Amino acid sequence: MLSITEAKLYEAFAQLKKNGEAVYLPVDNTSGEADFAEWKEGTAISKQLKTVRSAKDFFFPQTENLMKFKVHGKKINVIDTREELSDFVIFGARACDVASFKLLDRAFIEEKPVDTYYENRREHGIVVSIACSKPAASCFCTVYDIDPTHPNADVDGYRVDDTFYLEAKTAKGEKLLKQIEPMMSESDDQCVKDQIATTEKILKNLPFANLDMSRFNGDNMMDIFNDPKWNSISETCLGCGACTFVCPTCQCYDIKELDTGDGIERFRCWDSCMYKDFTQMAAANPRPSQKERFRQRFMHKLVYYPKNYNVYGCVGCGRCVDKCPTHLHIVNVIKTLGEEGK
Amino acid sequence: MQKEALIPVVGVVQKITQETPDVKTFRVVGPDGKNLFDHMPGQCAMLSVPGVSEAMISITSSPAQTDYMEFSIKKAGKLTGWLHEMEEGQEITIRGPYGNDFPVETELKGQDLLFIAGGIGVAPIHSVIDYCIDHREDYGRLQVVYGARTPKDLVFYDEMTGPWKNVPNMEVDLTIDREAEGWDGHVGFVPTYAAELKPSTSMKVLVCGPPIMIKFTLQGLKELGFKDTQIFTTMEMRMKCGVGKCGRCNIGNKYVCKDGPVFRFDELGELPPEY
Repeated sequence: MLSITEAKLYEAFAQLKKNGEAVYLPVDNTSGEADFAEWKEGTAISKQLKTVRSAKDFFFPQTENLMKFKVHGKKINVIDTREELSDFVIFGARACDVASFKLLDRAFIEEKPVDTYYENRREHGIVVSIACSKPAASCFCTVYDIDPTHPNADVDGYRVDDTFYLEAKTAKGEKLLKQIEPMMSESDDQCVKDQIATTEKILKNLPFANLDMSRFNGDNMMDIFNDPKWNSISETCLGCGACTFVCPTCQCYDIKELDTGDGIERFRCWDSCMYKDFTQMAAANPRPSQKERFRQRFMHKLVYYPKNYNVYGCVGCGRCVDKCPTHLHIVNVIKTLGEEGK
Repeated sequence: MQKEALIPVVGVVQKITQETPDVKTFRVVGPDGKNLFDHMPGQCAMLSVPGVSEAMISITSSPAQTDYMEFSIKKAGKLTGWLHEMEEGQEITIRGPYGNDFPVETELKGQDLLFIAGGIGVAPIHSVIDYCIDHREDYGRLQVVYGARTPKDLVFYDEMTGPWKNVPNMEVDLTIDREAEGWDGHVGFVPTYAAELKPSTSMKVLVCGPPIMIKFTLQGLKELGFKDTQIFTTMEMRMKCGVGKCGRCNIGNKYVCKDGPVFRFDELGELPPEY
């Protein structure tokens, strides 16, 4: 396998930057957590397992201008304000985030009509994953058959001490590695194999490794929808929406406008099914209380998604497990409705 | 459908007709004076006034009308309020057509059809009725039961009591909620009236109106022996994208904007009652 030392890696990033390709990587922030940031001279890659926010921002940003309108009297001019994108690299995405891109692809590209804003970013983004070597207690990607030791991105990477082992999995990935070839060397990858073997052992013993998903089979929508347990399990939900914002698969958005003084910008921004306004209409709200909104979120990921596509709308990254202020996350729902609800 | 789903095109409001005190019909064409896109009855479009907002509105005109599209809109909120203030010649933006349609070329073809509508719920039904009149030989008997609060709230009153009266094998039964001066027609709520008319249970039914009207109409039809599989309706939800991606208009695993807005009641019966 090709390998590159951490020091050489930054030379490679400098080279890519020179070639016009920005590199984004997990970086420790001032609060001690990691988030994706653009690499510049002196930036060091974080050693933490997870970024607070997922990598979906790169393809589906939190806010994004869609178009602009110029209004003159009765006349309207619609302007597509998008500029040509350059290729960019996401370095260090975990297998869960890589899997989330496939779910977002289904929603935004495979389900017609294509969302060209998303598609455009997706085409220009090159994903280099770093396999997990120290999965956390909140991780449960293996429940969804995601292998965190083989993320299957454009380039799959392994970090062993201060060396990164890289293997291209797609044409895009090959093209990327070609650019930084001079900085890399061919080396023995026994240490990678050892790391994978160790990680596999840890994975088997994670607290959520054996979640029972059998009730969420896509066939019993009404049965699960009508389960009285939704009442008690949703009781302490604050409706803060933190789960939806850190979630790599949440795709819901709002479309809003801003009068800039130089035309009207129409933009989209993330929205959350946990909010009352999400479905509020003039006369009524089909999801009037937090119970219905809470139920919608988990029905979508665990029932509607598998019913429509035969795959769960969750990748087990555990970010909601880490961030829910009242500990009401998806694992709780799976346990309460799935295991005890049978 | 347009290639860029979220980017609208410009439409010109060529003609505005005051239908009732709070309903106006807006005729929309492209800046070149031609129709913007084809549609089928029951389909919708996203209309917007930049700087105000955007909303999903059902297309009222018949697909056979290929020169323009019409939208009959009740003044209810921000966007519709703005539309009601506008003058002819004003440009708006439009994208679509969105959603499925009433199955006029399949399940409804050759059938006797019963249309039951209340208030502005007649807007999407109007498109189907017009389509059936435009292809009169393809359908059997057409019966329309329509009601509003007062006589002056009956949208398309002139059309219903004029041209529609002359369509062969077509009947229009109008009702208003309460007695009103100068009204010698039927008085009573739509669901009750529809049941009193004892429509033949061999008909296919298309219902649209306020949720409470739909609920009681459905109840009455079932007492008469109608089955869920014979009855169609069109749903309304808050929408943003119109193309099944923004995530808010779902009823269970179906998106109203994309899988609907037209549903048969047996299909709705299999979904969570979140509407």
